[in-house]
Amino acid sequence: MSAKPHIDAMTPVPFTVTKRTQELADTFTLELTPAVAGGAPAFLPGQFNMLYAFGVGEVPISISGDPAYPEKLIHTIRDVGAVTNALSKLKKGAQIGVRGPFGSAWPVNEAQGSDVVIIAGGIGLAPLRPAINHILANRTKYGRFVLLYGARSPADVLYVKQLQSWRGRLDTFVDVTVDHAGRDWAGNVGVVTRLIGRANFDAHHTKAFICGPEIMMRFTIKELTCLGVAKDEIYVSMERNMKCAVGHCGHCQFGGHFICKDGPVFEYARIENLLGVRGL
Amino acid sequence: MVKVEGLDKLMAEHPFFQGMDETSRKTLAGCARNERFGAGDYVAHEGKPAERFYFIRSGTVALEFHMPSNDGLVIETLHDGEMFGWSWMVPPYEWAYDIRAVELTRVISLEATCLRKKLKKDNALGFELYSRFVPVMAKRLSSARQQLTDMYGKS
Repeated sequence: MSAKPHIDAMTPVPFTVTKRTQELADTFTLELTPAVAGGAPAFLPGQFNMLYAFGVGEVPISISGDPAYPEKLIHTIRDVGAVTNALSKLKKGAQIGVRGPFGSAWPVNEAQGSDVVIIAGGIGLAPLRPAINHILANRTKYGRFVLLYGARSPADVLYVKQLQSWRGRLDTFVDVTVDHAGRDWAGNVGVVTRLIGRANFDAHHTKAFICGPEIMMRFTIKELTCLGVAKDEIYVSMERNMKCAVGHCGHCQFGGHFICKDGPVFEYARIENLLGVRGL
Repeated sequence: MVKVEGLDKLMAEHPFFQGMDETSRKTLAGCARNERFGAGDYVAHEGKPAERFYFIRSGTVALEFHMPSNDGLVIETLHDGEMFGWSWMVPPYEWAYDIRAVELTRVISLEATCLRKKLKKDNALGFELYSRFVPVMAKRLSSARQQLTDMYGKS
């Protein structure tokens, strides 16, 4: 599988917003289609695009749609800065610029035959959704499939309907927790790492994909390795300040790696030492 | 004829007691009681005497802080194989928060006064018990610290 930008990687292609969904108070999803002929390029689960809010700036956003249907380019975005705020104000019919797809992917093909444990925190579920879609579309090729998700509160649980649908499948184990809740929440309360011990997967034949805040990923890795998951079977999606997306500008340098080009998805064993470096 | 299962046998099935020698477990079982709480029942209330501590056999309990502005804030849920209630070890021996059964929950509880007497006489048993408590407490403390970071909040 390969998925690369369909024209010059530095030139944004105009896309039209065909649908906008408010997911959470500060998080929304844009569905985009190309405004010019050529169609949306294929992408791999875990890759990202640079989204350009005209006149404001560009931001890297993971693709959160289904890789089997690349013609619908879907991005779930959290409104945290000037550019994402400008994107949040776009309505159906508006245009934005898109460069991509860029970066490495979740190793969904290499995971075939193994148990797969996906652990997401907060908006980290969005970059993992394409991998989840791919695995569910090819479910018989994988062993036990576990999805563990942690959010701040019940009001911050992303893709609630989809989580319910995935949980309803008889071949998938889905568990959700929140950091705090009111009494009307009957689900788990506590950090996402507390779910791992109850997920009942074969630690020695598992590939784990993790995406979330770096603190959450560190503790999750610790828990997984304690259970016996090998470091080279754990994959994380890293986030840094990406600008050019093609490894030229150096903004996203992470030790000897560029997150935009060598990542964002890394095998943990490759970056283990870097995760422990303060300030990097 | 109904066969009453020994509490020490039920205790042996709980992860907390795994690997504990039978004599120690039987000594502890002398302070134990098999209990069940229906969904919504309160096991403990903040500020009340902490006279027992609990090992969950099945079910879920929520640890709650009573909030003046609403019903209560759930800070953690605990499930099968977990335990709760170490306020019995720390003066003034009062519950630090409310504990509510979220669903039908079966527990083994140990009576604190009975246990303190036994542990005073048997230091080795005390060491054994505390050695098992400390890792649980360390894990809970780590979880609480992670929650404090508000890691999913805007940074």
